[in-house]
Amino acid sequence: MTRIKNLAAAPTFYAALAGMILFFSSWYFLTETLTLPRFKNIPDPLSVVTEWSAIHPKYGVSLFTKPYYVDILYSIIRTYAAFAGAVVFGVSLGIVMGWSRILHNYTFPLVEIFRPMPPLSWIPLAVLVLPGIELPVVFVTFIAAFFATVLNTLLGVQSINRDYFLAAKCLGAKPRDILFHVVIPGSLPFIFTGLQIAMGIAWMSIVAGEIIAGQRGLGYYIYEAAALFQYEQVIMYMFTLGFLGYVSSVAIRYVGNLLMAWEEAKRKAR
Amino acid sequence: MVEKAADKGHVVLNNVSKCFFEDEKKILCLDQLSIEIPPGQLTVLMGPSGCGKTSMINLIAGYETPDTGSITIDGEKITEPGHDRLVVFQETALFPWMTVFNNVAFGPKAKGLAEKDIKEKTESILETVGLQDFQDKYPTQLSGGMQRRAELARALVNEPSVMILDEPFRGLDAMTRELMQEFYLKLFDETKITTLFVTHELEEAIFMADTVIILTYKPGRVRKVVKVPLERPRHFSVSASKEYMDIFNDTIEILFEEAKKAFDHDDASSLDIIQSLKRNSDDS
Repeated sequence: MTRIKNLAAAPTFYAALAGMILFFSSWYFLTETLTLPRFKNIPDPLSVVTEWSAIHPKYGVSLFTKPYYVDILYSIIRTYAAFAGAVVFGVSLGIVMGWSRILHNYTFPLVEIFRPMPPLSWIPLAVLVLPGIELPVVFVTFIAAFFATVLNTLLGVQSINRDYFLAAKCLGAKPRDILFHVVIPGSLPFIFTGLQIAMGIAWMSIVAGEIIAGQRGLGYYIYEAAALFQYEQVIMYMFTLGFLGYVSSVAIRYVGNLLMAWEEAKRKAR
Repeated sequence: MVEKAADKGHVVLNNVSKCFFEDEKKILCLDQLSIEIPPGQLTVLMGPSGCGKTSMINLIAGYETPDTGSITIDGEKITEPGHDRLVVFQETALFPWMTVFNNVAFGPKAKGLAEKDIKEKTESILETVGLQDFQDKYPTQLSGGMQRRAELARALVNEPSVMILDEPFRGLDAMTRELMQEFYLKLFDETKITTLFVTHELEEAIFMADTVIILTYKPGRVRKVVKVPLERPRHFSVSASKEYMDIFNDTIEILFEEAKKAFDHDDASSLDIIQSLKRNSDDS
């Protein structure tokens, strides 16, 4: 019993490793050893890895082929364009909503109605209104990330201690000073939580967006591969999406820590 | 060093009334209040929660305007916040995202002073409060007492006519609190900066004040104005003197009455003052 407890409290790296080994062996066990009826068409982890790292892959795409990286590049550009839009427009709207009572009252119910609409449901209108292929894809990826950013930024502004505004005012701050030295830094912790969520949502929505793209991108190829029963490819692309999302999250946290040195100081002071 | 504030900061409240709304009910908060805060003196405001201390501070600071009557500082009507009247808040309102230096430099920066002057003023005031070695730290990295000193510095650097301290040492442990009282008194003795000091602690009030003003529970009126003619500079031993005890005994009765009124009205926050009074009377 204590041995299990010790293992559970192991250093993070070993804990993560143990978790992965457990997951992949269960996967292998379910698909290869047990071969349950519903699982028998799912490739086991070994054949996915083999296909992924093959120099001459069965279905033409692996770590050593160019199309793989072209797909990644397409998806990254689309996702980051959508994310950038969510940051610029979402943070701006969130701050304005948090700052102006009137604007908040006008827009908050609308935001709350639009926010739960799934990205997939936006596809018809996006295709109808926006020209070309790329714009609708980016829009569908953008939309849910945008609302997550708005809401978190709004909460961030509302979370700022009222005394900070009073103190700033009595120290002679003009609205511009208050925006840049109180509102923005004060809501930054919430904004960055929102951005991590938004980035996750963007990577989830890109798949929906790329169905309409009809060419290139990880999401598109997942559907393409599924139609051709190339499930190794499907899983390999799923994991690629997962990795890209993970790395993006880490990058946001890193930037956030750089910008919020005081939060780090607070954690250490405790 | 902070310069002598000469005879600036004469605040006069003339017939000031203020209402506010609670659950859509209009409540009279300050009732025709006339108070004078003499320049170069330390005036302490006391009273139970609900006596309108906070409203009064908001009015003098210019965050709110009175319903009737007028408030003037050195003869000029107060209409909006300004850095001639600086508020130091309960707990701390230092910006946690700025270093101590940037917190203190905030006022001068907002005023648009030259970079060189800002640096000079800020560094000199930080030296006055003994935080020159901590200027690059964030507020959370400082102890409670240091945070209060940083906050005083942030206000003082603007050379205000009057300092408004709203229970500034609340939440500090007893030891630090006494040290901070002594620290502020020393600063006050050097600068004679007009000060309005709000507190719940009678000992703190008498130890620091030239005048203690006691307000009544809802609506806030002046219940009593107590002069404290104890000699300055003061040392903690003063609390053993007969004059101190006389003032203490005169005041505690009245305060207790007002606090009791608040308590009977179920104002839970009045427990604060009752407890602190009880502790005091047990001691004496």
